[in-house]
Amino acid sequence: MERNAVEIRNLTKKFGDFTAVDNISFDVRKGEIFGFLGANGAGKTTAMRILCGLSLPTAGDGTVAGYDINTQQEKIKRHIGYMSQKFSLYPDLTVKENIRLFGGIYGLRDRQIREKTDALLGMLEMQSEKDKFAGSLPLGWKQKLAFSIAMIHDPEIIFLDEPTGGVDPETRRRFWEMIYDASEKGTTVFVTTHYMDEAEYCDRVSVMVDGRIAALDSPERLKSAYGADNMDEVFRIIVR
Amino acid sequence: MKEFTASVIKEFRHIFRDRRTILIAMVMPVVQIILFGFAVSTEVNDVRVAVCGDLVDPAVRNVVDRIDNNRYLRVSGSLSSPSEITGVFRRNEADVAVCFGRNFGGNLAPSGHAQVRIIGDGSDPNTAQMITGYIKGVIQSEQTDAEVAFAGERKASMVPVVQLMYNPAMKSSYNFVPGVMGLILMLICTMMTAVSIVREKETGTLELLLVSPVKPLWIMLSKMIPYLVLSAVNFATILLLSHYVMEVPVNGSLLLLCFAALVFVVTSLALGLLISVISPNQRTALLICGMGLTMPTMIFSGIIFPCESMPEVLQWFSDIIPAKWFIIIVKKIMIQGTGLVSAAKEMTILAGMAALLLAVSVKSFRTRLQ
Repeated sequence: MERNAVEIRNLTKKFGDFTAVDNISFDVRKGEIFGFLGANGAGKTTAMRILCGLSLPTAGDGTVAGYDINTQQEKIKRHIGYMSQKFSLYPDLTVKENIRLFGGIYGLRDRQIREKTDALLGMLEMQSEKDKFAGSLPLGWKQKLAFSIAMIHDPEIIFLDEPTGGVDPETRRRFWEMIYDASEKGTTVFVTTHYMDEAEYCDRVSVMVDGRIAALDSPERLKSAYGADNMDEVFRIIVR
Repeated sequence: MKEFTASVIKEFRHIFRDRRTILIAMVMPVVQIILFGFAVSTEVNDVRVAVCGDLVDPAVRNVVDRIDNNRYLRVSGSLSSPSEITGVFRRNEADVAVCFGRNFGGNLAPSGHAQVRIIGDGSDPNTAQMITGYIKGVIQSEQTDAEVAFAGERKASMVPVVQLMYNPAMKSSYNFVPGVMGLILMLICTMMTAVSIVREKETGTLELLLVSPVKPLWIMLSKMIPYLVLSAVNFATILLLSHYVMEVPVNGSLLLLCFAALVFVVTSLALGLLISVISPNQRTALLICGMGLTMPTMIFSGIIFPCESMPEVLQWFSDIIPAKWFIIIVKKIMIQGTGLVSAAKEMTILAGMAALLLAVSVKSFRTRLQ
């Protein structure tokens, strides 16, 4: 049997007396789109930072891409991609320089970076924009570029931290097409979001409340289990 | 290594893209040197002396000629009575007045009771003190010569001769060049490093770098390297300007001077890293640098006020300012021309500060990541 992309057992993270993540366990299957929902302060970000190798758990075990979250943080970082809504590009660097930078810090060879740059610009149809500053691009383009750059080293899992914040539904829909493409090619997608319509696009969804996972299933099953018409209702019932 | 190079290139790009920063970083040292050199000079230069007395008297004539021939002094006019002095000062026609007593020459030879008064403009006490001191020196040397001329009936008198070693012309550039050097290196290294790290913290891009396989410590190092290069350029600029424009000598070993600068730069970089760890945003970082570093450095490092004349408590406080020690070292090496041995104490203190700050900032940076 193939191993899961993420396996988490009894994960706990405390900051002093405050328990941000309280004994959670879950698996993310290879190639699936896993939605990670929760209100602000529910512990999403903390859990995600641990999965990305940015922070160590207080207790519990787990693997990400097959590497131990307690001891193999460097290896994890090499095999995951990360994109956040805040900003994932340097506005004062050009499109090409941004690609070069991230190719560089993920240890790609010069030749690989050149090839990736051409392929990426072609795919995004941004050839003529390659020498423009990333900060001058429209938000939708920035997000697509940021997503492609986060995938530059062909990671096994990509973590998306509210990737579509602040854009219109149409741009969001096009962004999700890219996510589906990546998922079809076998990349596991781990995504947090505020938008419940996006939760519907996920294969499975988990909802965190006060540091615990209150529900975890496919959107269809969650809807029928809670007798709700859409994910928004489901979320409201669980969080309440 | 490839990863490290990529992030160093990125940091250089950030700096060169930001025209304002690069302008400030490159122009500031030049402006400061010129400003301190010509405008904020505390030197006595081209002092206008008004004389009052019997100019026909040969003894008076001698003194006046001596004043006029001094390269820092110039006789600007003669007054017929001491009551005119106030007016001359008010109209800003003279900086100092010298009044000779009645029958100056006649009193000088037989009794030695000739009177001369030096009247300074006390509205600027520092300058007035320096000018009057200068003129006193000129008159004293005239007196010594006169006594030699009266050989035979010469009285045994002691005339103190003040001679300033290392800086005979009392050039203030000898004092401010080391000061500006310390100030600029600290500003560039501490403030700019802190701000550049905090900026990425604010925009959230620091997270992107931390989630990459590049080790956090290397990310910090890659941020420091461009500022190290920048400060090396600044150091060279200040040194060249002060040597060729301000004519400050480099009496000691240039290599040793560069080494001292390097130690100081490392101290400042570590301080910058520490500030970036404790500041949540750029404004806080700037405030800490400005109020917590630049101002105390200006006041307590001995650039403007000598540390020796401070109350004891403030002297202790001045001891924890790295720039103070660096400035002392620079003065010793550049102006006194001494070697490592005489600056050993200051060097050890500075190196100790560098090591301590580096250890603390790296440790606190690591804990912040957990």
